[in-house]
Amino acid sequence: MFDDSNIIVGLEIGTSKVCAVVGEQGVDGALNIIGVGQARSRGVRKGEIVDTAQAEEDVRNAIVEAEQMADAEIRSVFLGVTGGHIRGFNNRGVHPVVSADREISEDDVQDVIKNAKAINLPTENNVIHAVRQHFIVDGQDGVTNPVGMLGSRLEVDVHVVHGHTNRLQNAIRLVKGLQLQVEEIVSNGLATSLALLTNEQKELGALVIDIGAGTTDYVVYVGGVIKHTGVLAVGGDHVSNDLAYGLKVPLSRAEKLKLEHGSALVEDSIKGQTVTLTNELGLPLKTINIEHLRQIMSLRLEEIFQLIAQDLEHAGLYAYLRAGVFLTGGGARAPGLAKLAEPILQMPVSYGKTSSVSGLKSALDQPEFSTAIGLAKFGSFKARKNGGKSSLAHGLKSTITSFLRRS
Amino acid sequence: MNTEPDPQPTVSEATNQPVVKIFGVGNAGVELLELFSRTEFAGADFVAINTDAASLANSNATVKVHLETRLMRGLGTGGDPERGRALAEEHFSTLKSACAGANVVLIVAGLGGGAGSGIAPVLAKAVKDCGALTLAFVTLPFTCEGNRRQNQAQLGLEQLKAVADGVVCLSNQKAFKLIDENTSVLETFRITGSLLSESVCGVWRLLTRPGLIQIHFDDLCSLLRNRHSESAFAFVEAAGPARSRETVEKLLAHPLLDEGRALGEADALLISIMGGKDLTMAEINRVMEQISRHCEKAEVIMGAAIDPGMKNRLSITLIAARNFSEKMAAPEKPESEEAPANRMTGTRATQRSITPASSGSSADRDIFGGRHGSRPGRRPASKMLQTQLPLAIISKGRFDKSEPTIYKGEDLDVPTYIRRGVPLN
Repeated sequence: MFDDSNIIVGLEIGTSKVCAVVGEQGVDGALNIIGVGQARSRGVRKGEIVDTAQAEEDVRNAIVEAEQMADAEIRSVFLGVTGGHIRGFNNRGVHPVVSADREISEDDVQDVIKNAKAINLPTENNVIHAVRQHFIVDGQDGVTNPVGMLGSRLEVDVHVVHGHTNRLQNAIRLVKGLQLQVEEIVSNGLATSLALLTNEQKELGALVIDIGAGTTDYVVYVGGVIKHTGVLAVGGDHVSNDLAYGLKVPLSRAEKLKLEHGSALVEDSIKGQTVTLTNELGLPLKTINIEHLRQIMSLRLEEIFQLIAQDLEHAGLYAYLRAGVFLTGGGARAPGLAKLAEPILQMPVSYGKTSSVSGLKSALDQPEFSTAIGLAKFGSFKARKNGGKSSLAHGLKSTITSFLRRS
Repeated sequence: MNTEPDPQPTVSEATNQPVVKIFGVGNAGVELLELFSRTEFAGADFVAINTDAASLANSNATVKVHLETRLMRGLGTGGDPERGRALAEEHFSTLKSACAGANVVLIVAGLGGGAGSGIAPVLAKAVKDCGALTLAFVTLPFTCEGNRRQNQAQLGLEQLKAVADGVVCLSNQKAFKLIDENTSVLETFRITGSLLSESVCGVWRLLTRPGLIQIHFDDLCSLLRNRHSESAFAFVEAAGPARSRETVEKLLAHPLLDEGRALGEADALLISIMGGKDLTMAEINRVMEQISRHCEKAEVIMGAAIDPGMKNRLSITLIAARNFSEKMAAPEKPESEEAPANRMTGTRATQRSITPASSGSSADRDIFGGRHGSRPGRRPASKMLQTQLPLAIISKGRFDKSEPTIYKGEDLDVPTYIRRGVPLN
């Protein structure tokens, strides 16, 4: 895979759009975005596939578009997953150092991580990530690399993200059905944070909120490591749906009204303003009060932030977020969203910018693409890690897999 | 809690009785106060404290304290203990003056709402500042009242425990053991009310009736301190020649003591035996022997007193307390989702009936996300208080067929403005 090509693809099957980002990894390891393909998504609700046939078609369209733009063949993808079933929590693994000289070896580190990953989950759930946080050597906290240190007891904190196996498999099977290989599944929130945050921001402590159409994913970094992740199955679709219900207009019209007149804030200046909807002949159909529209929208967005704020408060992470909050995703396009979020989260709120990735300017600047770009970036991290090692390990792995497949 | 106030100066010399004031706090507290028979509590001062003017108007309490600011617009605390708390702190001096001169203050409240959970802890603090002892008698809501009320009640209980000298706590849920399928809601509330008033009455007698074997108020407080979360109490009475055996039998069969099991689990017991002039030592002995056989581990405080009015009768008031542990509290955790709707409507209906202040049709409140009945407010509920009743069918549009997003009992697919009851026009 990496031997013959340095193309890395991030694929996000979102609720409103399917998006494939093609990146090229340079010799120095930097990722360069060379192609973006997207298609309107029709088979997904709340981040999860509900219509396989339609979703398959949409993914195919997005992949084809990305291939054409990047002028490359896509064989494997890093697949983003989301949905209300995905949960994250912190776990700790313990391992006694048994060697005579009490020096911690690489094996000890592997063992302790293995212990931390051994989690008691319901059988139908699967671990997506187990992200290493810090090592603890004999109670000494904050050790990043314990190899070579002396100690008798090695512990490690990991952040575990897990989800419902069958629901995760749905997306994987769909992609595999298109003759594409799934390198790895990555939770969308994690991918987004990779695309947006600089190391400095991760170190300071930051909250990334990705308001998509179907879900809102959020990730908290403290001291350079992931401390908390969450998925709310509420997003821009809910805003449209609320508007359709509240203003008594069809959903497509509500969507359009949201884009044209929507805002996260109810300003005094728009009070009493109305907009008249016309039919195809230009005759007036219905008059919509802009104030109501904004009110409905504002309440929904406010609630999303309130739920996140409650969750963070519960996790006790409020005091550590010194870099503030970064908003992204299609929902972040709502005017005044940062202004709405600031008093609720009581932190500086800004819009996330895709950093440390070069390439297509038009793609990098759009909040909608940050997850897919993050997926590609995740892939580039993986490739860099594996690339450093000899291809022997890789060859061995593929031999074993092919052997297993045959049997 | 360590500062031991001196109760002596104001004790009226003639009767050597402490000055007792009984405070009813919040809608439930004021209602409970009405249940106490005036003859029984002769000499006690009744004080009703509430934010709801209508509830106070119906009260017969000697002193009525109406906590009010313009902010509330006469609508009470709206089920929010923070408001109750803020209000009570604002009127701290009023509360202090209300309990001035008392040696012992008994606070009666129903936790879970805004006034009871919010004001009671502040009141306890005020009492403490006046140098009197406080004992709080509180009820916890039925589990079907929703987890917000449960959480508020737990929070209020914690706060109360921090300041009061003793807290006797009755979970309304326990009353389910006393009722059958056909018991009306009114009756149920009367039962829980009378249980609470029995225990208040028991304490009152301890304090006021001349004791042969005296129980001091300090004993009571030390018994309840740090154990209040799981106290159970029972009051039994029997008459006739076999009365001592009968009372013990009744006690051991008492539903609130889990048919006597609570005795075995308790680590502290207070037993007050009261009889007429014909009470014999042998009877006391027999009762105590049988009870202590059931609770060998417990620390037992016993008292006996004579009431000339109790001819031929024998009554036992028993308070059993055990140390708080997570395990024991676990079954108390709310399970509102499973609670059947009819039980819920039932509870709500009674709350309305015991608080005649509420107005407005029940339907319009229920649409707005189950706002609590005792509050005729127009203020949008900051959070849904109880699970929604399926009165109004709200279409979920495009999410109709997808898996609902339930977060803490709230269906997030329903438009936010509807759940919060924000009117559009």
